[in-house]
Amino acid sequence: MTDVAHAAPAGHLETSTGLDSRKLAIWTFLGSECMFFASLISTYVIYRHRSLVGPFPHTAWTDPATGQVYEPIIEIPLVTVGTALLLFSSLFIVLALYGAQRGNRKMLLGWLGATICCGLFFVGMQVYEFTHFVHKGLTLQRNMFGASFFTLTGFHGTHVSIGVIWLITMFVLALRKQLPPENAINLEMAALYWHFVDVVWIIIFPVVYLMQ
Amino acid sequence: MFLGSRVTRRLSWLIPLLALVVIAACAKDFPQTTLAPKGDLARIEDDLFYTTVKWATLVFILVEGALVYAIFRFRGKPGDPEPHQIHGNTIVEIIWTVIPALILVMIAVPTVKAIFKENETPKGDPLTVEVIGHQWWWEFRYPEFKLTTANELHVPVGRIISLKMGAFDVVHSFWLPEFAGKRDVFPNRETRLWFNAEEPGEYSGQCAEFCGIQHARMAFRVVAMPPADFQGWLDHMKSITTQSAAPSADSVHTSSAGGGVQQESTQARQAPGGAASDSAKPAPPQAQGSDVAQGQKLFLMKGCVGCHSLVAYNAPKGMLGPNLANVGARSYIGAGTLPNTDENLAHWIRFPQEVKHGVLMPNLGVTEDEAKALVAFLRTHR
Amino acid sequence: MATTVLGHEAHGVAPAHEKTGLWSWVTTVDHKRVAILYGIGALFFFLLGGIEALLIRIQLARPDNNFVSPEFYNQLFTMHGTTMIFLAVMPMSQIFFNYIIPLMIGARDVAFPRLNAFGVWVFLLGGLFVNAGFLFNAAPDAGWFGYANLTSTQFSPGLNVDFWMFGLQILGVSSLAAAVNFFVTIINLRAPGMRLMRMPMFVWMSFITMVLLLLAFPVITVALILLMFDRFFGTHFFVPMGGGDPILWQHLFWIFGHPEVYILILPAFGIISEVLPVFSRKPLFGYAAMVFSGVFIAFLGFGVWSHHMFSTGMGPIADTFFSLATMLIAIPTGVKIFNWIGTVWGGSLQLKTPMLFALGFVAMFIMGGLSGVMHASPPADLQQTDTYFVVAHFHYVLFGGSIFGLVAGAYYWWPKMFGKLLDEGLGKAHFWLQLVGFNLTFFPMHLLGLHGMPRRVYTYPKGLGFERMNEMETVGAFVLALGFAVFLYNVWKTWRTAPPAPADPWNGATLEWSIPSPPQEWNFPEIPAVTGRDPLWEAKRQRGGPLPEPQRVSGQGIHMPAPSYWPLVTAFSLPLLFTGLMLSSKIGPWGIIVAVALLFFGIFNWLFEPSYTSIPGVRGKTGHSH
Repeated sequence: MTDVAHAAPAGHLETSTGLDSRKLAIWTFLGSECMFFASLISTYVIYRHRSLVGPFPHTAWTDPATGQVYEPIIEIPLVTVGTALLLFSSLFIVLALYGAQRGNRKMLLGWLGATICCGLFFVGMQVYEFTHFVHKGLTLQRNMFGASFFTLTGFHGTHVSIGVIWLITMFVLALRKQLPPENAINLEMAALYWHFVDVVWIIIFPVVYLMQ
Repeated sequence: MFLGSRVTRRLSWLIPLLALVVIAACAKDFPQTTLAPKGDLARIEDDLFYTTVKWATLVFILVEGALVYAIFRFRGKPGDPEPHQIHGNTIVEIIWTVIPALILVMIAVPTVKAIFKENETPKGDPLTVEVIGHQWWWEFRYPEFKLTTANELHVPVGRIISLKMGAFDVVHSFWLPEFAGKRDVFPNRETRLWFNAEEPGEYSGQCAEFCGIQHARMAFRVVAMPPADFQGWLDHMKSITTQSAAPSADSVHTSSAGGGVQQESTQARQAPGGAASDSAKPAPPQAQGSDVAQGQKLFLMKGCVGCHSLVAYNAPKGMLGPNLANVGARSYIGAGTLPNTDENLAHWIRFPQEVKHGVLMPNLGVTEDEAKALVAFLRTHR
Repeated sequence: MATTVLGHEAHGVAPAHEKTGLWSWVTTVDHKRVAILYGIGALFFFLLGGIEALLIRIQLARPDNNFVSPEFYNQLFTMHGTTMIFLAVMPMSQIFFNYIIPLMIGARDVAFPRLNAFGVWVFLLGGLFVNAGFLFNAAPDAGWFGYANLTSTQFSPGLNVDFWMFGLQILGVSSLAAAVNFFVTIINLRAPGMRLMRMPMFVWMSFITMVLLLLAFPVITVALILLMFDRFFGTHFFVPMGGGDPILWQHLFWIFGHPEVYILILPAFGIISEVLPVFSRKPLFGYAAMVFSGVFIAFLGFGVWSHHMFSTGMGPIADTFFSLATMLIAIPTGVKIFNWIGTVWGGSLQLKTPMLFALGFVAMFIMGGLSGVMHASPPADLQQTDTYFVVAHFHYVLFGGSIFGLVAGAYYWWPKMFGKLLDEGLGKAHFWLQLVGFNLTFFPMHLLGLHGMPRRVYTYPKGLGFERMNEMETVGAFVLALGFAVFLYNVWKTWRTAPPAPADPWNGATLEWSIPSPPQEWNFPEIPAVTGRDPLWEAKRQRGGPLPEPQRVSGQGIHMPAPSYWPLVTAFSLPLLFTGLMLSSKIGPWGIIVAVALLFFGIFNWLFEPSYTSIPGVRGKTGHSH
């Protein structure tokens, strides 16, 4: 029971499995989120080549009415950097958690800050990419690729943004010395969520950007 | 165990048989029934239905019987001792897992066979008909003959009708119970169905996928005719033009390719058999020449021509309203909403929103006299 | 997260009586009160759904009737389905999840009491949201299943579909919150010795239901998001003109929709599995088989969704696959039915009201299950689908099944929840009226469907033979209504006049009967230790007789979670968000911005709630986040 967990020193949790209920809750929620992203990814896979007009992700298209040429719109380099940073940020948060669990406040703050920076870069990269695509003629309404692309990556990006807010909150708590080892579990929950968001991107990146 | 399982076994085959007899006898009370199939596809489906009913009845009698028996046999009385505390019985549990599995196999095997049979249009010179569902009426086209009609599908008896189907707007479903189970029609893909009519007659069907406000009023009729009559109907439909025609006593019609005065044909119609048709088949018009001419003018002036085509042959595609080439002779108007009497037709023309609220056809402010003229004109299109 | 905000715990002494008064209900986090809030909502919406049904039946009693307009009829049948599924049956299950699961597993509350409160407030607000359409004569009208592309802005330009779409999203949040909560509660908060295979069957079935909720609801969440994007942002996910495919909606909806029907029936399966043994005075037959068949049904339930789509022309391979999978599910379902019969077989049946409804459940569910098997064969189903035959089938399993089961649970657990027994005579009258009325209403629908009456029709013409059966069904519906009125009278009468109920009026087998009726806030003075299934029967057997009536204790030293209003505040942000979206053409993004701000405000305060020791009347808080 949650009150029992509090009354005793950290680590003494009287749950049937020995697992902290909050950790179990996050895992459960993430299981549900798997179905959420599975549905979005499936929708993308179904629709990405069913556009009636361009721009297309990997092939060029000429508008028969105006003669305008639309180059393939997916640009790999920037997104690859963002992907790499997101992947590294999962490592960084593991290091931050390590610091938190051992009461190493410097380590916690440093690596947590690095994680947040990576997250911010990723979101920034996506915002740039979205505006760039719109500028080149791809919108939600333009075609089926646009609709499913923006919806899938947009919801992922929203999840990343919520993760960043969560991590910033943790960072502020750590600054105020309110994240001692016995509360490290709160960071662990955030880290689990962060890893999940990363894993989803590991699936989205090849499906959207690499597969032709 | 109880009640003699052999007895129940024998009885369980009798009951659906009795039911079959009773239902078949009552079939004429239910003109749209699925239980008196009149075509091959419906028969395949009906056979499978009866397979499931037989097994379901057997299971029902045994299982529900066991339950009811238990309720009476093991009723507790005050002071009863605690009953024997059984937790399970592995052998019994295995048996009652395996037996239902076997019963399901008895249903699954004919099911799979029938699925594949149904999905393949039988060979033998099928007649292709295109079906397009609209909110809330049915368009029928004969690509081979370049004919278009609406709400009443004429087919020859004894031939496979191969339906290629789609929808103009939302998802509908084509259901002609006496001949076939239903098939949904979609705006973005073609679906298929086939059926064959064995007996001449008029048969009713209905839309079976909720498609908006007037889903309930999206019926259609199938008129099955002997092949010679069907050919005659085709020829007649080809000959209908936009203009009105004077009535003619003889049944010879001139098939004029555009222009010219249309000879009214008094083609002998097959008497509707079987199906309970309470529509008064509209009588050939006692054409008031001035009414008909006036009606023809109104058809243009009121804008009817914008949505409705009066010719069946080479009719344009994508019209918003049903093809009216033979509307004068149909049993119903408004896709099964009203019997096709002069009074009803006039009322429909004047107040479609009152009759079938939500249809695309607006109230056009047609006066009573104008309606009379239009009716007279439309009656010549039959 | 707030555990060490102040660096020390603050707890006060629990008073002997839980606080009463409106504020204590607004801020409650007690699972038993949350259950009652679900009950009030469920009762209200069940009545609403019932009235909608009666109006439908009046309209259909005569051919070519104009008792209601076609528009209103389409709203009625849409809302009847939506209300009964999401606002009646599911919340009724929630009553028992909330009240009974912690008691059955020997816990003081659920794992996350504030999340629990959040769930019930979101449900109540979501239910109001979905029904708000009536105020604008724009209640949802595209069916509870909302098929595309009828739901596109082109063919449904009004607010109706928006109310439906957003209402369901809100309700989805409630279901998901509850699912996470009970999943963790059942796994983590069981009393010592209560291994998984010693849990009461109601807990098992509820656990499986939670897994289904967790995996099925995200799919409809995505479907509704795609629809929302079509309607608000001009995408073409389901719009053929832009490259979209209406059949994607059907797939997504039914991937959710089929597990949903198991979500609707499994709790009732669980309730029956409690009632039948107690009133047969012998244990549940085949416990392990019941557990595994439940798991198997849930697993398979994700593989049959396209049996709702046999008429769409998927091709023979898909048809065959889904047909065989559907038939396969009949096997574990049959096993359950046989195990229930095995339970009563050889027992000493006490035909009290809970038992009558439980037996009625089995009898009606057998019929519903059999008509389901008939549907499993696509060639036969092509005649049956979208007709009144299906309407008969699902009412037999949802009403004859779920409702009968839930009513059995109501009579069974009423004394525990409210400290009064419901009147037996009135209960029996209710049962017979419901059994007769139900069969009179829904049995003829099998024949109607086979004789050619499609469903979702606001009227039918004369001459097709539908008149007599429709008339009969309308009479049956009013008999059902009468039965329900008898129940309401029973509640009202016993509330005022019945004597207090003992802790264990039925000679129960499970832990909830070992504590007073109704329980004290902390449920158990001491968390019990469990050594087997049916722990209370075991205890009584060891004692050689009934247990002494449990005493009420002071509760001193027992730490309970403190009340909070932040769940309610946070809950408000959801309907606000969707209202903001609906008004965005008039007020721009401001509604959305305010709602999101409120959401963050609520969540942050929830997570960082300070201790309230200085506030009189409010018990000390452990300072623990939950």
